[in-house]
Amino acid sequence: MTKVKRRSLKSWFKSLMFKHIHGMISCRDFEHFMHAYTDGDLAIDQRSVFERHIRFCRECREYLAAYQRTIEIGRSVLKKTDESLPSDVPEDLIKAILASRKL
Amino acid sequence: MKISDARAELLVRENIGWMIPLASRMLQDRQLAEDVVQESLINAFQSLESFEGRSSLKTWLHRITVNIALAKLRKMKRLEELNVDYNLAEYDRYECRIESRWENLVSIQEVLESDSLSALVRQKISALDDPLRIILQLRDIEGYDTDEVADLMGLSKSNVRVRLHRARAALKIILEPLLRGEMAND
Repeated sequence: MTKVKRRSLKSWFKSLMFKHIHGMISCRDFEHFMHAYTDGDLAIDQRSVFERHIRFCRECREYLAAYQRTIEIGRSVLKKTDESLPSDVPEDLIKAILASRKL
Repeated sequence: MKISDARAELLVRENIGWMIPLASRMLQDRQLAEDVVQESLINAFQSLESFEGRSSLKTWLHRITVNIALAKLRKMKRLEELNVDYNLAEYDRYECRIESRWENLVSIQEVLESDSLSALVRQKISALDDPLRIILQLRDIEGYDTDEVADLMGLSKSNVRVRLHRARAALKIILEPLLRGEMAND
């Protein structure tokens, strides 16, 4: 069996499972809940449904890991950039702000 | 609350160092950022009487700066609706996600230790469309919650959630070679 056919068969089987087994959601539904899951905004029962999908779906599990890593990397890099900024600030700007206070 | 000249100068010097980078991140332009900071601090001096101390002075100044930066972006029409339709997620004919196997996922440490990778991340975030980039920055970088972002941006909470997800997913796509460890680092 070719790789494409194997993948297609696996997909078909997964779609049946997501559709017919109680408490399972599709990959599209998973997508809709992803930001809420990442932000900790899901109720306990919703969270367990979401995590059940992750256990059975390699694609969504890996997608989620990369999505969450993206957020962490963005946050860390910009924070580091801020910390490493030179402390010198334009003196003329400070003077202009203080002068405008007296107008 | 009237403050002395010395206290005013101290307030400016203690805060301008983080206010300029904050405004620069939002405006993507140093000169515009300085204009925003100047306006923010003048605004803060004028409304110090209304500062009730329910939050810290820094939190209060942060919000003033964000509001003025957003007003500037709106005036420049940089927060208008997106025309770009990002192809964020792919599904096969059985409605299952298509996602290449992730053999490797770069660590945060690897990126932070590499100047070139960190620069690339900054560059890719800057390259996002302003309406997406701003939501991402306010929520994921500046630490505002969804309700606060909705309030700041004048959007519904559901709209903020949709845009935030699109922004994160778009960033994941444009950072994918880096995330997979395919970019050379220094």
